[in-house]
Amino acid sequence: MSRFRVDEGLLWSLRGVAFLAGTIVVFVVAFVGWEASAALRSVGLSRFVTDPSWYPSEGLYSVLPMLVGTVLVTAGAVLTATPLGIMAAIFCNHYAPAFVARPYRRMIELMSGIPSVVYGFWGLVTLVPLIAQVEPPGTSLLAGIMILTVMILPTVTLFADSSIGRVSEEYTRGAAALGLTRWATVCHVVLPAARPGIVAGVFLATARAIGETMAVLMVCGNVVKTPGSLFDPVRTLTANIALEMAYAMGDHRSALFVTGLVLFLLIVALVWGAELAGEGRARG
Amino acid sequence: MDSLARSQRGEKLAQVVMWSSAALVSAVFLWMLSDLVTNGLGRVSWEFLTSSPSDSGRAGGIGPIVVSTLLIVSVAMVVAIPIGVGTAVYLAEFTSTESLLGRLVRRSLDVLAGVPSIVFGLFGSAFFCKTLGLGFSILSGGLTLACMVLPILIRSVEVGFREIPDHYRLSAAALGLSRTSTLLHLLLPAAAPGLAVGLVLGIGRAAAETAALIFTSGYVDRTPESVLDSGRALSVHIFDLSMNVPGGTPNAYAAALVLLGLLLLINGAASGLAHRWLGRNIATL
Amino acid sequence: MSSEHPTEGNEALFEAENLTLVYGDTPAFEGVSLSIPAGEITALVGPSGCGKTSFLMSLNRLSDLVPNCRVTGSLRLGGQDILSSEVDLIALRRRVGMIFQKPNAFPFSIRKNLTFPLQEHGVRDRDKLATLVEASLRDVGLWDEIKDRLDAPALSLSGGQQQRLCLARALALKPEVLLLDEPCSALDPLSSGVVEDLIVSLRGRYTIVIVTHNLAQARRVADQVAVFWVQGGAGRLIESGSVGQVFEDPQDELTRSYVTGQRG
Ligand SMILES: Nc1ncnc2c1ncn2[C@@H]1O[C@H](COP(=O)(O)OP(=O)(O)OP(=O)(O)O)[C@@H](O)[C@H]1O
Ligand SMILES: [Mg+2]
Repeated sequence: MSRFRVDEGLLWSLRGVAFLAGTIVVFVVAFVGWEASAALRSVGLSRFVTDPSWYPSEGLYSVLPMLVGTVLVTAGAVLTATPLGIMAAIFCNHYAPAFVARPYRRMIELMSGIPSVVYGFWGLVTLVPLIAQVEPPGTSLLAGIMILTVMILPTVTLFADSSIGRVSEEYTRGAAALGLTRWATVCHVVLPAARPGIVAGVFLATARAIGETMAVLMVCGNVVKTPGSLFDPVRTLTANIALEMAYAMGDHRSALFVTGLVLFLLIVALVWGAELAGEGRARG
Repeated sequence: MDSLARSQRGEKLAQVVMWSSAALVSAVFLWMLSDLVTNGLGRVSWEFLTSSPSDSGRAGGIGPIVVSTLLIVSVAMVVAIPIGVGTAVYLAEFTSTESLLGRLVRRSLDVLAGVPSIVFGLFGSAFFCKTLGLGFSILSGGLTLACMVLPILIRSVEVGFREIPDHYRLSAAALGLSRTSTLLHLLLPAAAPGLAVGLVLGIGRAAAETAALIFTSGYVDRTPESVLDSGRALSVHIFDLSMNVPGGTPNAYAAALVLLGLLLLINGAASGLAHRWLGRNIATL
Repeated sequence: MSSEHPTEGNEALFEAENLTLVYGDTPAFEGVSLSIPAGEITALVGPSGCGKTSFLMSLNRLSDLVPNCRVTGSLRLGGQDILSSEVDLIALRRRVGMIFQKPNAFPFSIRKNLTFPLQEHGVRDRDKLATLVEASLRDVGLWDEIKDRLDAPALSLSGGQQQRLCLARALALKPEVLLLDEPCSALDPLSSGVVEDLIVSLRGRYTIVIVTHNLAQARRVADQVAVFWVQGGAGRLIESGSVGQVFEDPQDELTRSYVTGQRG
């Protein structure tokens, strides 16, 4: 009978540990929300969008320029990385011979693990001077988009790759029997079937782009102004937090937590979207 | 119109586009790699890895920074492993897909996996530094990273457990073994691949992190005397040298090369293990 | 049901009455009443999917491990209700050993495969362990083949050797009952013969319940036979009795065509 008690004890301690792991996210929301509440009370939610600008020392808290910055950098990167990533995945599955596809996949996987600070550093010392030759200062929306594209490309590629890899075998033979070319097979048979997995990957890549801090912080120039062209500097929500947390006090500090909360909500929405897309994948 | 000729032209075009886009991606990767190697390798030496930085890091090495990094990663893993393995065991072995606690935990881990590192930084600074009073310290940074690596750790370990064929569990039960000893003596060793992948991936994530550390473990570049001291992680060092220290670029190159080499090694190992033992890649795990 | 045959000689060890097992909403077998006499070999036969494995798994409550699996009705082992939630499952499974269709040695050394369960059941003394290892390996005729490589990985043994090792592992715990689920079907004919002889040699010392698709084997080894059949979407016991009676003079039409090789 005592051995039963050991099993019971194990079960309860595992439950406890799992409960702890499950509540971390609650803690994150609670503490970020608690710190944000001061600014939400004294500044109010509406002024975060209606204030003329972001000048915390003057009591101006508009996050719009940063929100626009985040949206532009993310959209640019996702729009570039998605076609490139899907093509890379098609390449691996349908165009490359096995001795190319295998190391290529491995390379993409390694790219996914390179620290963002290394990407940012490389962008700062290589890409930014190149862009500056076209139009100074070089630290710009364009640099941010390029670096972020490279950073999220592996996510898009690897998700698309595993999704395409799963469907292709069953369908390609049938399509080939109908006399379709490889490209027609890919376009009309493989991609539609692999779509849910690809979409899930794009959602996660978007989440990663929105949350990315160091790389954009290092190459984007961080000027609080809505950019007028690709060559203008921008500041994203994440960069704003990283830059100002070091010295922010009072309402200013609290306002940074408000932006953190906004980021968190954006991400939750995207994870949820990815999950819905992934469910389509499981069914499809 | 000759539709056959047209579709063949299309096929040709597609082939060219595919190969060139793949070449573009590889070129970017190789460009970055070769740039870091040519500019960084000259400075990397044993001396560089062990000596202290001087002149704000423009000169000298990264000895204390390596020590801090190791300490931060160790704190993170020491805290994350028991919680992560316990949770993974619970999810894989003790819950059905319908159980409420299991579903809630899984859902909340999915969200946690998506939380941006800068938000972890905010959380760490509010909770560990301020509320728990740990201040800027290696402990604060390590604990923040522990929360961050938990989802990937749990997922890999859980996959490791799910790969174990059911007959192990059935035959152990048929021999009248308790679940505890089945778990300790049979399942845990059999789940070693998942454990190894999770461990290595977790270490990789922690070592690569910057944003969550800037305002939890801080900037101090002296060798820490305890985990309650502030310590500068390698990634933070690279950031600081390239952004805040004019003339810091040469040493930043060397430090970036060290970090890159480390991460390529770690992730190469994780990816090799994951392919060989779990049959999947590390990004979609 | 016409299948209620009194067992001659030995008294019943297992008594199932109106036993039903469901996976979720679908029954694997339904309304099975069967007594299994002590010390004899009872063969369960029937076409694929008629619930034989499920029936075996209810006898040592291994069905508890399958999510959504529920067993109802009454099942007694030596008079004790073993479906009750009070039952000490570890003790029950120690009393009722089981061998599976596919040999499933643990990924340990040969020796550890045998000592690990023993240690878990409280045997700590090294000499005692060594004696038990040798005795159980001798029991299954494996001792002379592998006594020099007890520390080799068990998975390096051949399929037949692994199956005998699994048998030895179960025997080392000194069970009263052995449940064998198609123990020979994954083996080559030669190993299959060896394992079959082994089972016959255990007659009288253990109560044995064996599932087999091989009617000739059932005829050779068993004392009692129970025939399962899928009827109305669930497995049912259509006939049971002594080997002679079931094979020579089946009462049920289905049984007759099954044992004469016309169906199943
Ligand atoms: N884990 C399970 N979950 C759901 N249904 C199951 C499960 N195991 C078995 N079944 C179903 O229960 C029925 C009986 O299965 P069982 O394995 O007991 O048959 P069997 O007589 O042993 O067949 P075989 O001779 O092929 O081994 C089958 O219809 C099977 O599909
Ligand atoms: Mg069966």
